[in-house]
Amino acid sequence: MDTIIRITIDGIECMASRGQYIVEAAKENGIYIPTLCNYPGVKPKGSCRICTVKVNGKLMTACTTPVSQGMQIENNTSELNELRKAIIELLLVEGNHFCPSCEKSGFCELQALAYRFKVMVPRFPYSFPLRKVDASHPKIIKDQNRCILCKRCIRAVKDDKGRSIFAYRRRSHRVEVGVDAKLGKLLTDELAQKAMDVCPVGSIIVKEKGFAVPIGERKYDNKPIGSDIENISVSKH
Amino acid sequence: MSKPILATTSLAGCFGCHMSILDIDERILELIELVEFNKSPIDDIKKFTKKCDIGLIEGGCCNSENVHVLKDFRENCKILVSLGECAIMGGLPAMRNGIPIKECLEEAYLNGPTVVGNTTGIIPNDPELPMLLDKVYPCHEVVKIDYHLPGCPPRADLIWEALVALVTGDEMKMPYEVIKFD
Repeated sequence: MDTIIRITIDGIECMASRGQYIVEAAKENGIYIPTLCNYPGVKPKGSCRICTVKVNGKLMTACTTPVSQGMQIENNTSELNELRKAIIELLLVEGNHFCPSCEKSGFCELQALAYRFKVMVPRFPYSFPLRKVDASHPKIIKDQNRCILCKRCIRAVKDDKGRSIFAYRRRSHRVEVGVDAKLGKLLTDELAQKAMDVCPVGSIIVKEKGFAVPIGERKYDNKPIGSDIENISVSKH
Repeated sequence: MSKPILATTSLAGCFGCHMSILDIDERILELIELVEFNKSPIDDIKKFTKKCDIGLIEGGCCNSENVHVLKDFRENCKILVSLGECAIMGGLPAMRNGIPIKECLEEAYLNGPTVVGNTTGIIPNDPELPMLLDKVYPCHEVVKIDYHLPGCPPRADLIWEALVALVTGDEMKMPYEVIKFD
């Protein structure tokens, strides 16, 4: 059976491989669908809903929905972008995101999305929740003020036996990501750095190093998030 | 036509946003051609002497005096602009939000590692001093704010473009590089 299928994204004919997730198919066709909880190479979760697209008129998360023949996908529409902007604003008021004092500023995906969607001020009231900074681990700081509970660290940072170093603890609105008390002791420098890189915000920070890249040269200082995808030349199938 | 009148103030801020206004460099000469300054630290006019067109607000509201000044600006300015992260979301002063005010004061004046010489254990409480609020409020949670310019500080180019757009009525240029939260 032919594994190459046709889909359209915002009216543009695209080729995709059967079974591929919409986000990845779009990426191969040079179309950026904004994501936040999604991380390349990690099983998608579809929890942040930033990647919401309309598939044949129905709202679906593009990171968890596989493509199928003839799918008509809406992505870059004012309706969807307005919904995405609202989610970003909700995330900004839900935690304590003090960008000026954050080590991850300039590399933060939540911040980068806010720049891309031109969030000048959230429409929702700030909640200023009281949350803790856990600096007890010798290698990393876990700042709960900045955590958006995307589970990227839980899904991506594992020891050599495949066990997660990070885990959810507590329940409901008190839920937070913590470092596993036993496995955390085995955290290598490489894994600590990976955890910081995997975290889309500044909730996991490697100790004893910060602000290494000057303002103006950071990842999202000059180029919007997603511009690398939009600028790739699309190879024709 | 007379020139539009501009007022500025710094509430719970660090004056960094005002420094960023000065960072428009020689365009300040163009600015004084474009607008007339009224109440502002830039010309040191302490009280409104007339109604203004544009008010730039730096800093959020951390005490009763900030609220008073902000309301005064709302009454006297047609357009209010929140300038910078502190005005928009409380900024670094808002890091005390969630911590009881008593604890903050005791840390600052009694128990903090840098406290020296406060042998009588006094926490300043002179009636002349403005009362601290329970938390630091973003300006738009106190009065209506018309526009927001993010940044810590907002880039000089962003402030300049916004002022020119407000004065001329043209659409504002907003290149990607100038909208930043830090």
